[in-house]
Amino acid sequence: MNKVRALIVDDSSVMRKIVERSIRQAGIDLAEVREAANGAEGLGALKEGSVDLILCDINMPVMDGIEFLRQLQGVGNAKGVPVVMITTEGSESHVVQALSMGARGYIRKPFTPEQVKEHVVPLLEGKK
Amino acid sequence: MKTANEITSPNGTPEGWLPLLELAVREVFEIMLGCKLDLQAEPPPAAGEITAMVGLAGQLCGLLTLRCGTKSAALMTGKMLGLEVDQADGQMWDALGEIANMVAGNFKNKLTGMGDKCMLSVPTVITGSDYSCRSMADTSPVELTFLFEGAPVIVAVEIHS
Repeated sequence: MNKVRALIVDDSSVMRKIVERSIRQAGIDLAEVREAANGAEGLGALKEGSVDLILCDINMPVMDGIEFLRQLQGVGNAKGVPVVMITTEGSESHVVQALSMGARGYIRKPFTPEQVKEHVVPLLEGKK
Repeated sequence: MKTANEITSPNGTPEGWLPLLELAVREVFEIMLGCKLDLQAEPPPAAGEITAMVGLAGQLCGLLTLRCGTKSAALMTGKMLGLEVDQADGQMWDALGEIANMVAGNFKNKLTGMGDKCMLSVPTVITGSDYSCRSMADTSPVELTFLFEGAPVIVAVEIHS
């Protein structure tokens, strides 16, 4: 697997650090990590160039994760980039909504690095 | 530790929610902080100087609070981030809010059918103990006291029916 450029979108800086650590613990070699505190900042971060992976929370101020997914569909350099939601919103309707808006994976908080590996690695290897 | 499915208490009433709240708290601390908690029978006389709050809206409407002392909050932050306590100081409020957020989400997802019908606010964290909180709840809080590294952590849910 090549080195990965990741965008982490979460309103908690602590959670962004934990997600980054979990990605590294999953054995994913990170070339670059961009951070955003909400969906609007996430869209802004993509203007700096494409990434290989996006991990995104749902409940955030300014722009939530579902609206981020909706607007992401119009971002050219995000086409084909896998988005995995990492959120406390674990209900079936949230999962269905996120997946129907283009998310490729869904991890409920609290989560382990093993869960991150299980959801993210197959996406990066093109197996999912 | 029992799973939610193994807990047989009725979960339709606030009293019946205690085992699910306990499980929700234990899971968050074990998975995210790598810590096992001890349940205390009696709440401590002092409530703690830091309170993290997450609002619940929808069919389940109310407030979840997590209270602890400053030293405990710093220790939780350190364990969550894998840092020494003195390095974790500035991120304590954010970390405590996230812990409360995960407990609230984990708890409501364990209540049968509530996952879709209850929304969570973003967390709010306040410091100090000389305050009074009016959450509009009209039932007594469901409250549990745990011991984390020897210091009390109180988790409560107040419901507006």
